[in-house]
Amino acid sequence: MAIIVFLLFVVFVVGLSLYLGNKAKTASGYYAAGGKIHWGVNGIAFAGDYLSAASFLGICGLIATAGYDGFLYSIGYLAGWIVALFVVAEPLKRLGKYTFTDAVDANYNSRGIKLFAAISTLVVSICYLIPQMVGAGVLVEPLLGIPHAWGVVMVGAIVITIVATAGMASTTYVQFLKGGLLIIFSAILVGAVVLRGFTTQPDQGGTVPFYKYSELAAAKSGDSISVSDPAWRVVEQKTVKGAPVMVKLARDGKESWWSVADNAGVITLKENQSVVTRKDGPWINGAPASPTNQLRQVGNLEKIKGQSDVSTGSLPSPLEFLSVITDKDTAVRTWKTANFTDGNGDKVTAYYPDVVSGDRIMRPGLKFKVEGTPLERLDFLSLMLALFLGTAALPHILIRYYTVPNSASARKSTIVAIAAIGAFYILTLYMGLGAMTSGVINPADSNMSAPLLARSFGELLFAVISAIAFATILGTVSGLIVAASGAIAHDLFDRFFKIKMDDRQKVNAGKISAFVIGGIAIVLGILFKGINVTFLVGLAFAVAASANLPAILMLLFWKRTTAKGIAASIIVGIVSSLGLIAFSPELYTLYGLNPLDAPIPLNNPGIISIPLSFVTLIVVSLLTPKRALAMA
Amino acid sequence: MLHEPATPAAKDPAGPYKMRLGILMFVLYSLFYAAFVAINLLSPPTMGTIVFAGLNLATVYGFTLIIVALLEALLYNAMCLKKEAEYAQADKAAGAGSASTKA
Repeated sequence: MAIIVFLLFVVFVVGLSLYLGNKAKTASGYYAAGGKIHWGVNGIAFAGDYLSAASFLGICGLIATAGYDGFLYSIGYLAGWIVALFVVAEPLKRLGKYTFTDAVDANYNSRGIKLFAAISTLVVSICYLIPQMVGAGVLVEPLLGIPHAWGVVMVGAIVITIVATAGMASTTYVQFLKGGLLIIFSAILVGAVVLRGFTTQPDQGGTVPFYKYSELAAAKSGDSISVSDPAWRVVEQKTVKGAPVMVKLARDGKESWWSVADNAGVITLKENQSVVTRKDGPWINGAPASPTNQLRQVGNLEKIKGQSDVSTGSLPSPLEFLSVITDKDTAVRTWKTANFTDGNGDKVTAYYPDVVSGDRIMRPGLKFKVEGTPLERLDFLSLMLALFLGTAALPHILIRYYTVPNSASARKSTIVAIAAIGAFYILTLYMGLGAMTSGVINPADSNMSAPLLARSFGELLFAVISAIAFATILGTVSGLIVAASGAIAHDLFDRFFKIKMDDRQKVNAGKISAFVIGGIAIVLGILFKGINVTFLVGLAFAVAASANLPAILMLLFWKRTTAKGIAASIIVGIVSSLGLIAFSPELYTLYGLNPLDAPIPLNNPGIISIPLSFVTLIVVSLLTPKRALAMA
Repeated sequence: MLHEPATPAAKDPAGPYKMRLGILMFVLYSLFYAAFVAINLLSPPTMGTIVFAGLNLATVYGFTLIIVALLEALLYNAMCLKKEAEYAQADKAAGAGSASTKA
């Protein structure tokens, strides 16, 4: 069922793309859909562009594992549209032609701006492409039963076909379709979640029996842990930084990992799930991995308003859904990860339970340490700043302003986008919390939480939601590749290198560029497997806000801005934000290094790189003469 | 080669008004957003205070930020449309006046 719905959707999207191919015969048709898209269609297409894998898969996954902290991304992403609407939309529409570079270079005709703005578009687009491709692999893996890498290759191939056949016209209609469907079916899923209500023993509609994790009484002598039940034997214990003490137990020849909980001197061992990478292959929960021995899906309420072993039945309203979780006597069993090496030298990933009260789930702090050290708080501030300022600086969003006929349409389409995106982001909170409490989360990868939540209501909804999620990725990747190919073919080849091309050659150059960018995206999507896609998109926002936004804002509002000032701020924004990310704790973890050794203590660079880019623009502008546009 | 707009940009006499209005609304929303971030940083437990129908401040403030964004956007559009209509009317009247003078 899932495969049929999915394939039908893909065939339809590619068919639509081929049908619209005749609109891409000119450069204007290819890069800006001829500037003839209706503002209502463009508004929903904006939503389609923006509600990427990060929004649907990543945010829902983050809310499912970190509660309200995931919703902070929804708030920040939506707030960013205010900058786009009130400051950027209409002036940008008046200035530009096909690309972000056109707009910032409109008053200068500067080679420096052309070069650096094109590079910036490429860098931001590629940063944004990575999480989309990771999301594609994650989605296709369970849906079609093919490896992650093949999923990424498949998405890349389809998207290149879409972009190369019709450019912005087909991309716009794909976005419109997918944006609308995503919101409608997300609302249906949320309705189903509220109607099902809560239970402390979720069983996915009777399809997956609820698994009750065991606890064992234990004792502690010095640092040594012993188990009270003689049927169990302690094999080894490990001290893991930032996690509870881990104990490997054996019973009837089968080994398993348990985490130690010390509640006012009462020692309890809690059953974990584990993946041990042995020489003979991965072992899951003490047995070789196989199609029937995989990690169990997790996430459930331990108590509902103080009561165990209960179900609420249908809830009277969506607000009641949130109210139940927010209650201080509601307890949620969440799962954390600990990585270490066992006594045999094998790498172990243990997933251990952590019961958190509802009132902690529903306010910030589980992921972002808002009550932590000043540096941790600064990191949070940095993230919220980048989310707010990043939207209006994303090249694939900016180019959509060129697809409508006039500046009033640009404004109206932004308002439609705010309505659609705002509605969707409210739904993300319900989908994420629904996944958190329905026993559907894959502990090794939270990105699939929303589609797996849909599967708990049956294969049909899973198939439709997965197909839409896939289209979400197709649409966003298409938009990004159009933006990036425009940067190469239009900004670099045509404007910077001044390679003489007729209209048809410009379109062909864009299509060839789309192939190259698509290939790069495929490789990066495979390399970055396993990282939360929302985190990666947050970094793309920081790069966009650092490299592009100072140039856009100062160009519009500071008459002293010079071409050299803009070029310098763009390059400083790119280098500083990428540099800070490359040496951040999160990336150190990705490299397999100790995050505490990272020279930059922040994961989010915006708080440093955005002001630095602004200051660079101001200083360089003051030091260089303002030159009138040389009319060609 | 110049970077002319993708579609011809008509003269927009309401442009300066819309820009001022946009900046004002942007500043107002920014302050609202900044207050949200500030409460999270300076007094995180405040976000857990139950304020309405069993919902805490974090949820209510978050939803309000989303809803206010839409309301502000609609208000902005209505004010822009009104000003654009005023200028269009004045333009029409001026056109009619100049036509009658010529006649």
